[in-house]
Amino acid sequence: MCLAIPARIISIEGEDAEADVGGVRRRIGIMLTPSVKVGDYVLLHTGYAIGVIDPAEAEETLALFRELAEVSEIR
Amino acid sequence: MRFVDEFHDPVLARKLANRIQRASKKPTRLMEFCGGHTHAILRYGIRDLLPPTVTMSSGPGCPVCVTSPGDIDRAIRAAQTQEAIVATYGDLVRVPGSRDSLERARARGSDVRVIYSALDALSIAEQHPGSQIVLLGIGFETTAPTVAASILEARRRGLKNYRVLSLLKLTPPVMRALLASGETRIDGIVCPGHVSVVIGTLPYDFIPRDFGVGCAVSGFEPLDILRAIDVLVQQVESGTPAVANAYPRAVAANGNRTARSLIEEVFEPCDAAWRGIGVVPGSGLAIRPEFAAFDASAVLGFGVEDAGEPAGCRCGDVLRGSLTPSECSLYGTGCTPEHPVGPCMVSQEGACAAHYAYGAGS
Repeated sequence: MCLAIPARIISIEGEDAEADVGGVRRRIGIMLTPSVKVGDYVLLHTGYAIGVIDPAEAEETLALFRELAEVSEIR
Repeated sequence: MRFVDEFHDPVLARKLANRIQRASKKPTRLMEFCGGHTHAILRYGIRDLLPPTVTMSSGPGCPVCVTSPGDIDRAIRAAQTQEAIVATYGDLVRVPGSRDSLERARARGSDVRVIYSALDALSIAEQHPGSQIVLLGIGFETTAPTVAASILEARRRGLKNYRVLSLLKLTPPVMRALLASGETRIDGIVCPGHVSVVIGTLPYDFIPRDFGVGCAVSGFEPLDILRAIDVLVQQVESGTPAVANAYPRAVAANGNRTARSLIEEVFEPCDAAWRGIGVVPGSGLAIRPEFAAFDASAVLGFGVEDAGEPAGCRCGDVLRGSLTPSECSLYGTGCTPEHPVGPCMVSQEGACAAHYAYGAGS
């Protein structure tokens, strides 16, 4: 029920946007994410963007996973 | 899909699991609050990667599962009203109320439509000006701002035939109720990622402070979940429970301020009945009096008495994390996804349906 999937914003028109959802284009509501820009990835839940994904944080998390994995190898 | 595939790396997953195995010495019982996490843990075989010291139990984070029989009865009554069209998210149509389900009401001629978004319910209202549309507003803080947005949009468009039956529920109050009951021993909570996108991490501060239990906000991909378990195991081993954010690409400490202020504008907290748990103070969202024209409960009234659970059904114990699905005598025999008795077997995110789908016998 709380499923939300990443979607890339293609164009914005007021409180609506066109988004690429895994290769499918959909109109979504962006009323909850007023600062969203074209090219951003949002989390799409029941037709609305509920948050914007931070790509720098995503990269940091992956780097942390790789680091933790290496440490667990050495030990 | 970007931000999904990278978090599925099987080599990294195994290494994270090794790290958990090495660190875990004490028996550690973790609860994943969210039904989406239960589903993912079973789907990706995460339980099989964990050491015997770490056990996972499901929580009440499945909105379909925790909707009380009395609320289903009210929804059915809404559907039986003349000129009514009831719009609902997915699996709720199959959930038994005290005597009936929305699916059976539909078979008898009521107009019950499954929708994907509150926006769809608005479209139905525009297309059927002679009908009264009732959106069954189920869900947690993830869904609440979208329902609030639909009410504001209905007001903007001047729609007079759109109403919401708010069955929305709040996460932190029910976590407090579960921890305070002391019924289930919990050493750490995997907190719901998409609820937290909206509310942030600060509302969980009471969990380590008042109960000495750690929690970690987690995303829904396998690496996210393993990392959250890793963090909780480290907290248990070092005796330092805290609120950890293991989903920082989506969750900020303050959450989504716009979404929170929309919830605040349209709703106010109220007591809410949870299936299997009972009435939890301040755990629901009621529509504020300023928006009474959009409030279906004002039209429908209350007063439907709960008739309790179907005979033999132990969904309540499953939702509190005190029973695993296969410990229920109906599981897999009298209760299957084709012929569900209780809501945990109806919803795909219900613990029983997830266990059944992925063959987790014990």
